[in-house]
Amino acid sequence: MDNPATPMILAARLVAKEFAAPHAKAVDQDARFPIEAVTALKREKLLSAYVPAEFGGAGVGLTELVQIVEILARECASTAMIYAMHQIQVISIVRHAMDNPWYQNYLRELVQHQYLIASVTSEVGVGGEMRRSHCAVEVDGQRFKLVKDATTISYGAQADDLLVTARRNPDAAHSDQSLILVRKADYTLEQKGGWDTMGMRGTCSPPFLMSSVGDVAQIIDVPFGDMSAQTVVPVSHLLWGGCWMGCAAAAVNKARAFVRGQARANPGTVPPTALRLAELVSMMQSLRTSVQACLTEYETLSVADDAAVGTLTSMGYSLKMNNLKIDATQALPNIVTKALSICGILGYKNDSKFSMSRHLRDAHSAAIMVGNDRILATNANLLLVLKDD
Amino acid sequence: MSKEQIRQVLKEHGKFSADIDSLADNADLYEAGMTSHASVNVMLALEDAFDLEFPDRMLKRSVFESINAIDAAIQELTA
Repeated sequence: MDNPATPMILAARLVAKEFAAPHAKAVDQDARFPIEAVTALKREKLLSAYVPAEFGGAGVGLTELVQIVEILARECASTAMIYAMHQIQVISIVRHAMDNPWYQNYLRELVQHQYLIASVTSEVGVGGEMRRSHCAVEVDGQRFKLVKDATTISYGAQADDLLVTARRNPDAAHSDQSLILVRKADYTLEQKGGWDTMGMRGTCSPPFLMSSVGDVAQIIDVPFGDMSAQTVVPVSHLLWGGCWMGCAAAAVNKARAFVRGQARANPGTVPPTALRLAELVSMMQSLRTSVQACLTEYETLSVADDAAVGTLTSMGYSLKMNNLKIDATQALPNIVTKALSICGILGYKNDSKFSMSRHLRDAHSAAIMVGNDRILATNANLLLVLKDD
Repeated sequence: MSKEQIRQVLKEHGKFSADIDSLADNADLYEAGMTSHASVNVMLALEDAFDLEFPDRMLKRSVFESINAIDAAIQELTA
């Protein structure tokens, strides 16, 4: 994709080439945090890219963030996923907590220190449902206490701060949630397991028991349910879409290079693999088109006057975003598998420059880590009342 | 009258932990524990009870956030 070369895009390309690519293999092999790339993202001020200029950030839009994620994912999908997950947290704060002086101050600090924010939505006993919590905020005067038994916290050990979902208070219903930012100095994490997965190994997402305290100002006023529908869900799927596009593009580019090599070896003929490449590029185009269409629609809807009560919060819209997630994450492993078949044994070998191993393993995370079956079950439920009129 | 019927539907299909009778007509049903999944069942039961169909434009959080909001939607559809 021809990205307009804005300063943030240029910085992302630099980080991808110089700091993500050289370590991607080691990050994958050792399931270790991509520290070089994330340090470079901080140095280039990419962690605050979305923060509005009035608070010192670059004030870029979601479309540009999706491009940045794709650029990173072409070299190291784990780095891209970490960046995407961090941005979901920043966007949630910017969109829903900006009238809170504590958060205004926090954003200024984030720009200065480039804090990496991890998300804590998973919890033992809620079965992966982001919109349910067992743990509850316990408020005592100006202070709160919060303990959460999380089944997974991506880059939990490497994050600076955490954004946590919890029930609004100990009497609240499971679905009546708040979102709370807790600071590094105010929480402890006890690691309860490992992270030895097929793919996305660099995201380092083991289970943790989190205990935290803080000031009540850190509890965001807007109910998490509203934030989830308007921002967290659509923005997640779009930023992850950037990650999937980058992962797919990396595989497609290897296949392209392979086919070109064959063509050069036998000038004047079109190698049989070129036909497969033509199919592959068409699959890639479909993936790109569906992410782009949803991105354009979201950018329009999210700035509309009725964003809080309009189309964004409708069932029809959540069905559409869920379908994007399902279609794109089913397409991704197919694209990489096809690229693998084009490169043949050289794609299968781990020590070849056409190796597809990491891309294929990373690609499978997309349908698994946020389970497509759960999303399909939600859609099945919505379709009981949706009429598509 | 219709608010009583709405209350009855919520009681049967809303899966609330709290007592529906203690909820005010303008209380936030999502805050009271209505999940997205339960809200679909509520919508289906309302369509059945009032013999109507909610058009897709009405299938959004704000339309089902309180007994008053549901009542207003039903009034609009049956007017």
